[in-house]
Amino acid sequence: MTDASMHETPRKSSIHTIDARTKQRNASESRFKAYGIAAIALGLFFLVVLFVSIVRSGLPAFTKTVVEVEFTLTQEQFEQAESQLMKTGAYQDLFIAGIQSQLDARNIDVQADPAALERLLGKIGGDIRAFYSENPGMVGEPHVFGLSASSRVDGYFNGRVTRETLVDSRFLQASDLDLVDALFEAGIIKSAFNWGFITGADSGVDNPGGAGIGVSVVGSFFMMLVVLVLSLPIGVAASIYLEEFAPKNRWTDLIEVNISNLAAVPSIVFGILGLAVFIQFMHLPQSAPLVGGLVLTLMTLPTIIISTRASLKSVPPSIRDAALGVGASKMQAVFHHVLPLAMPGILTGTIIGLAQALGETAPLLLIGMVGFVARGYPDGFVGGFVEPNSAMPAQIYTWAARADASFYDKAWGGIIVLLVFLLTMNIIAIILRRRFERRW
Amino acid sequence: MPLLWLIGIVLAIAVAGYVIGRKRALDSAGGDPRNLHSLPSYYGSNVAMKVVVPSVLVLLVWLIVQPIYVGSVVSGALPDRAIADGSSRDLVMAEVRRTADGLNNAVAQGIMTDEEARDMRADFTDVTQRLKDAGQIVTSEVTQPILNAAQQFRAMNATGAIAMAIVVTLLAIGGLLWGLKESEKDFRARNTVEQGVKALLIAAASIAVLTTVGIVLSLIFNTYEFFKLYPWYEFFFGTTWSPSFSGRGGSSELGIIPLLWGTLYISIVALAVAVPIGLFAAIYLSEYAGPKVRAVAKPLLEVLAGIPTIVYGLFALLTVGPMLVSVFGKEGLGIMQSGTAVMTAGLVMGIMLIPFVSSLSDDIINAVPQAMRDGSYGLGATKSETIKQVVLPAALPGIVGAILLAASRAIGETMIVVLGAGAAARLSLNPFEAMTTVTAKIVSQLTGDADFASPEALVAFALGMTLFVITLGLNIFALYIVRKYREQYE
Repeated sequence: MTDASMHETPRKSSIHTIDARTKQRNASESRFKAYGIAAIALGLFFLVVLFVSIVRSGLPAFTKTVVEVEFTLTQEQFEQAESQLMKTGAYQDLFIAGIQSQLDARNIDVQADPAALERLLGKIGGDIRAFYSENPGMVGEPHVFGLSASSRVDGYFNGRVTRETLVDSRFLQASDLDLVDALFEAGIIKSAFNWGFITGADSGVDNPGGAGIGVSVVGSFFMMLVVLVLSLPIGVAASIYLEEFAPKNRWTDLIEVNISNLAAVPSIVFGILGLAVFIQFMHLPQSAPLVGGLVLTLMTLPTIIISTRASLKSVPPSIRDAALGVGASKMQAVFHHVLPLAMPGILTGTIIGLAQALGETAPLLLIGMVGFVARGYPDGFVGGFVEPNSAMPAQIYTWAARADASFYDKAWGGIIVLLVFLLTMNIIAIILRRRFERRW
Repeated sequence: MPLLWLIGIVLAIAVAGYVIGRKRALDSAGGDPRNLHSLPSYYGSNVAMKVVVPSVLVLLVWLIVQPIYVGSVVSGALPDRAIADGSSRDLVMAEVRRTADGLNNAVAQGIMTDEEARDMRADFTDVTQRLKDAGQIVTSEVTQPILNAAQQFRAMNATGAIAMAIVVTLLAIGGLLWGLKESEKDFRARNTVEQGVKALLIAAASIAVLTTVGIVLSLIFNTYEFFKLYPWYEFFFGTTWSPSFSGRGGSSELGIIPLLWGTLYISIVALAVAVPIGLFAAIYLSEYAGPKVRAVAKPLLEVLAGIPTIVYGLFALLTVGPMLVSVFGKEGLGIMQSGTAVMTAGLVMGIMLIPFVSSLSDDIINAVPQAMRDGSYGLGATKSETIKQVVLPAALPGIVGAILLAASRAIGETMIVVLGAGAAARLSLNPFEAMTTVTAKIVSQLTGDADFASPEALVAFALGMTLFVITLGLNIFALYIVRKYREQYE
């Protein structure tokens, strides 16, 4: 068959040479692909920046600078100090003289200015006197005192405060830094692991060095206990009903719509609910982990219900049919066969829901669980639920909102603690899923 | 703790009921379980259920109703002269409650005897001082009317507690007898127990509805209270937000417009960051990436979604803010005053929303059937042309839905804006200026010791109501779009 058109338009180029239009299309193709790679790279870059800044800024919270001085108080000095009117002042003078003698012994030519040392260490006389009145046997014996230095000194050693940026305050002055350097060279100032940060309570506004996250970890723990005890049974019961028993009617439709809407309600609205219903209306104690737990339970329920329903759905109908076939009632089929098989999935979903609740801050602020109420460990088990306490994220917020920049270290350090908990929970969830989840 | 004791008693009766009921049923069948209608344990559970359910229900209702009832009776009995000028009945009642608590604790510590606490008169003994000595917080002088009311409050609560214990125990015993009477071999115990369990399941499922009702009621009541104190048109159309902190003066201006503007502006910035990155990431992951890249990159991106918002807040305040200031601040371009700004909060919120947009869009793009792509390739289209002209249009409703859901997240986000956006409410176009949002103001108006009578505290509920309505509307709209325009490919 002859084709006239073949002769009319002779081929411009061979298939092997790429024409301009193809080139353009290919270029646009690789551009488009590059955008995709760039988007993912950017996302991962943000992740890396986030983690680097958390780790870099958070680690200083776990160390503190201590001033370690070996000091011997003779019996004579003890009596003399006790006989004076300003007893703690006398001890302080003796101690500072001790530091000076150690500097001299190491041939370091720096004057241990009492005022500067008081800025570095705070008023230490009281601590020293308390030590000797508790241990009278130590008088005359050498004893190594480890005293925490002010948080500005911490800042100087981890680079937050430099000689140029230092603002003179009653905690540290620029002129003191020579002394600090000298003490550091002499090995008197050291850095040590800050156990107080992990076990301690929130401190006052002017004592960033003494702030710790321990009490609010306990608050978070009691809250999570409430969430677990309430949301797991309620969530599982609700999902079983909706998945296995619910007839198609208006009421179940309403429930379904409510659950999917609640999952998208901003968390702060749950805080308002908790404030109005639990505190205003029911007069439950303010700032109590019990109330926090109740609010977070309501918040986590939709998450748990959605994941539980998914894992109930994944149990094949043949299991139910077999159980019904040997004479089980519907209730028995569900509780004896379907539920145990769905359990790993349910637990995974619950742990992820708990992890979400653990990091939630805004509703807790509304019911009064702010950081500065976490002043001491609760008494006993019941006290853990009803005594005012804070929670980890709320504690972090309180530190971040304070004016003193030394608290920022603590906030970052708190985030590391919080993320360690979240990571552990997520790893447990992943392991559960890997080990026990059955594919049908 | 008498309440714990009461619960313990009920549980003990239930356990005993289980054992006895099971045994009674077995005995009635001559010891042979084959003659029973149900398994023996169902007879036991039936008795236990009849003990626990009515008594615990009554206990819960009693615990909720008693404080309200006692509060209203005592508050009604307060003479008008006990309420000082500038105070209100609610404030005096709070004082009464504190005093009653103080008396209780003083008795518990052994500082007062019970008779003293009951009959003491404020004009004869220095109650305030004694309560303070007991370590109780009494804000002002305890006057005779307050003390009387507190004593009445204590007395009523004590009687209530005793009555509750008696009623609950009687109910438990009644349930026990009822259940035991039924425990004989022809009774359909399994069906009864299963009915009960089913009722329990329905109740659990209804909690979601109750929560919504609770949210709506608590918002509506308090918003109504607020609008009684503050005109609604000034709230919705006022362009200044400056609450007075001193309390009850009428000097507060509580216009929501600047807050809405801040919310909107920050959300727009956040979406401008999250939508392109999230969308392109989703396209790459679903269309280009091999299974290995996908297996690594997708979970890593989703880590961003699992990080608590307080972390992002701190990241905005301490890392991104100073970084932006060093570029746009005084030493750079000079258009940024401080680290907290719309840009800071928006940028960080955008990072938070990336995985939200990307995983939702990823699912939607994956749902577009392969046949459509193959058809496009068959016509000679390149991969990107297929995506732009076939896949994305098919997935568009779903993607729009995902973006709307992300927007509702951005509007409801709290911690990032509290820490990153600043506290000043202003109407401005400069994204490097500090602005504030609805959520941030809810937090700042309700933290601290606000009493719930001042418009400055109640405005938070009106803000919450606005927020709830907006996010709910966005969610419903998103679901509607997805449902309406979703093409059914199967």
